[in-house]
Amino acid sequence: MTTPTTPVNESATEKFSVKTKQTTPAATTSQRRGVRKAVIVGGNRIPFARSGGAYSHCSNQDMLTAALDGLVARFGLADEEIGEVAAGAVLKHSRDFNLTREAVLGSALAATTPAYDLQQACATGMEAVIGLSNKIKLGQIDSAIAGGVDSASDAPIAVSEGLRAILLDLNRAKTMGQKAKIISRIRPKDLSPDAPSTGEPRTGLSMGEHQALTTAQWKISREAQDELALASHKNLAAAYDRNFFDDLVTPFRGLSRDSNLRGDSTLEKLASLKPVFGKSLGDNATMTAGNSTPLTDGASAVLLASDEWAQARDLPILADVLDGEAAAVDFVHGKDGLLMAPAFAVPRLLARNGLTLDDIDYFEIHEAFAGTVLSTLAAWEDEEFGTTRLGLDGAFGSIDRSKLNVNGSSLAAGHPFAATGGRLVATLAKMLHERGQVDGRPARGLISVCAAGGQGVVAILEAR
Amino acid sequence: MTTQNKVAGAREKADKYTEFVSRGFGKDLAKRLGLPQPVVLRRYSPQAPLVEGPILVLGQGAGSDGVSRLLLDWHQDVRRHATPKEKLGAIVAVLDELQHPEELSATMLAMGAALRDLKKNARIVTISRSALASDAPAVAAARNGVDGIVRSVAKELRAGATANGIVLAEGIPADAPSAMSALRFFLSGRSAFVDGQFLTASSLGAAEQPDWEKPLDGAVAVVTGAARGIGAAIARTLARDGATVIAVDVPAAGDHLAAVANEIRGTALQLDITTPNAGQRILDHAMARYGRIDIVVHNAGITRDKLLANMDNAKWDSVIAVNIASQLRMNEAFLASPNFAKNSRIISVASTSGIAGNRGQSNYAASKAGVIGMVRATAPLLAEKGGTVNAVAPGFIETDMTAKIPFATREIARRLNSLQQGGRPIDVAEAIAFFAQPAAAGVTANVLRVCGQNLVGQ
Repeated sequence: MTTPTTPVNESATEKFSVKTKQTTPAATTSQRRGVRKAVIVGGNRIPFARSGGAYSHCSNQDMLTAALDGLVARFGLADEEIGEVAAGAVLKHSRDFNLTREAVLGSALAATTPAYDLQQACATGMEAVIGLSNKIKLGQIDSAIAGGVDSASDAPIAVSEGLRAILLDLNRAKTMGQKAKIISRIRPKDLSPDAPSTGEPRTGLSMGEHQALTTAQWKISREAQDELALASHKNLAAAYDRNFFDDLVTPFRGLSRDSNLRGDSTLEKLASLKPVFGKSLGDNATMTAGNSTPLTDGASAVLLASDEWAQARDLPILADVLDGEAAAVDFVHGKDGLLMAPAFAVPRLLARNGLTLDDIDYFEIHEAFAGTVLSTLAAWEDEEFGTTRLGLDGAFGSIDRSKLNVNGSSLAAGHPFAATGGRLVATLAKMLHERGQVDGRPARGLISVCAAGGQGVVAILEAR
Repeated sequence: MTTQNKVAGAREKADKYTEFVSRGFGKDLAKRLGLPQPVVLRRYSPQAPLVEGPILVLGQGAGSDGVSRLLLDWHQDVRRHATPKEKLGAIVAVLDELQHPEELSATMLAMGAALRDLKKNARIVTISRSALASDAPAVAAARNGVDGIVRSVAKELRAGATANGIVLAEGIPADAPSAMSALRFFLSGRSAFVDGQFLTASSLGAAEQPDWEKPLDGAVAVVTGAARGIGAAIARTLARDGATVIAVDVPAAGDHLAAVANEIRGTALQLDITTPNAGQRILDHAMARYGRIDIVVHNAGITRDKLLANMDNAKWDSVIAVNIASQLRMNEAFLASPNFAKNSRIISVASTSGIAGNRGQSNYAASKAGVIGMVRATAPLLAEKGGTVNAVAPGFIETDMTAKIPFATREIARRLNSLQQGGRPIDVAEAIAFFAQPAAAGVTANVLRVCGQNLVGQ
């Protein structure tokens, strides 16, 4: 841990303090000297499909391969050897131990392209981008593809723990007698399968139930959540209509737009939905299917490179990956909400780069639930949270809502867990490139993604 | 990978009837019953010989001598006189010095005597001059007579053999590079489904020695509607001939487009060609990624068939917008760009419906006949900088689209041409790849039908 450069007050010695992890911008610059840039060339994803829909019978490998092939076609990379490909899935079959490598082998990329799987819940795609960018910055690789995929439709179903123990014992048995004895242990309850859930192992609560508690804690109204959901649908639909996604999305299995998108939704329609999470809160239950993301299938991929690699191939350069940061919260003991880690990661990341919220031109805050985005913004605007939890002199700050998720986000597009990071990075990189300069400096964008286990990964991109 | 294999597989297969009558019992039966006997056509591959067998060159004069010499340079087995019973791969009749219809008889009767000795998939090519209103009537009569000869002989030939003609503009010698590029096209398997047609050599053409193996090496080509069918075949064929291909199609066809682009190591550009700046977007992509743009193939097209009596706005306007208005707008952008200046090529896909008309396709025929008009009027604009613009008009081509036609209708449509079978997407692609060649520099404003000499239209 870096020595604090300024004295810290008592309340800021908490483990989530901004200042305990902060290094001054000057030190950062000197540390980075000799480290090259990692740039975003572009991205590709397949349209996201509500689970049980268009991709019901597609595996994670099918979808990730399709996302890679679309990326290869967009940038003419057939037979090209990429430095490294990293991707992952949150809901993963045990047979997919080498999912990303298998997808690479099935794609048009050179078979000599190395690949590895990684997994950090919903932040998988973000961590892939940040990790690979760092490798590029260090000169270990010149090019990389970061991706993610998830299928809630083709989720693995395991046998019960009881049956699993019996089957393993059976495998070890030597005589028929032993085998018969072991088989006789099977009880009807052992035969019910064990399906994956979004429940937190340590609390038993689903992600939605957790968020419902946080939403109530920050007193986020139903109307505010519905408005955010509506804006997400309207913005995403508008972006499709002006062909914004022509070079970001490649159709798959008959789908050319995200199937969750409801461009014609209205506040009235959203208001008519019954709460699905936090029902124990009675009249204070605000979270509906309309302001929560549905289970979704999909895949995304982002092409990263060094300047030299991109230039040598006459590839576009959309943005730099400036910096990234992860944080985690102690949601188990109720200190913070499950999905509130970005509220801590963002202040640390901005401080390290000598930036404030005012220096950001686009905010991409992943809409796991409308309540997540609004709780995060509320925390940043809260004086007490700023002083006691972030160790600041006051509230962290507020953002100009016209800069938030301007081309829609997960409430409209859907959220195939590991694929969301790639969607956000590619979308923001294109927006920043189109924006170009702001006040004589490159346009900047911030991405914030919350994840299961009380985690969050955030990053800053800068226009090229 | 699966998609690619499927497409490649479909490309290799002859229709079931052709397979049935090509050998054994089926062949015997068809012969006895007088049924159509289509054969599996000889198609181009870079390794295959230009012509399978000796080439008989008929005609007297400098033109025929020059053509013979050139064929020898191409390592062909050339005959100036037929040897009875010797099987021939091709007959080239050089008629560039015709002054009177009476002069036709010697050459034509020599050709007639040799017809029985033609091999399967043989070629007959005439080389003559265009008949002009300014010609002496006898000269014009002789020259135009060749038109009737080629179209009739094409109908007489059997077993995959075709007859086509090269028409020389005034002052162009028979062995001019432009004429020879056309001759090579007609002799080769590239012209498998081109029958009873003419190509006009309007100027001398490129002087440098062409690379016949990789004629498009180093060129950058754009193909619209490249995700499937004929467009995908065009993209593959241009890539095979050495071009780097930018495959363009509507975003909704992006998955098929990506498969094609990856297969040929090109790039996929998801773009609706009816967007107002489509031409500029194509130029920007080509210049940014490859630093040049040489060949544009306007292939994208739609049908919205309806009898004119039942036609509505949407059906009429969308066909015009996609099939012709978009091409006009994109061409304006290309012609205005300094990057699309020298030796550029535009090739548009027209249709036999645009020539002969088709019931229920007044909108489609308007757009495709429009393409032909556009091509002729664009030629002079491109000629200044050495560019050419041509159109290819496919007849019945076996695609996913024609596979949906009811069986009986399809069977009839397929046989209504001199080759008694449907063409394949590759046949259209080969004609386009020919127009794209540097050697074809003197061939412009042509509309080449790839229809197996369909019985309707010219």
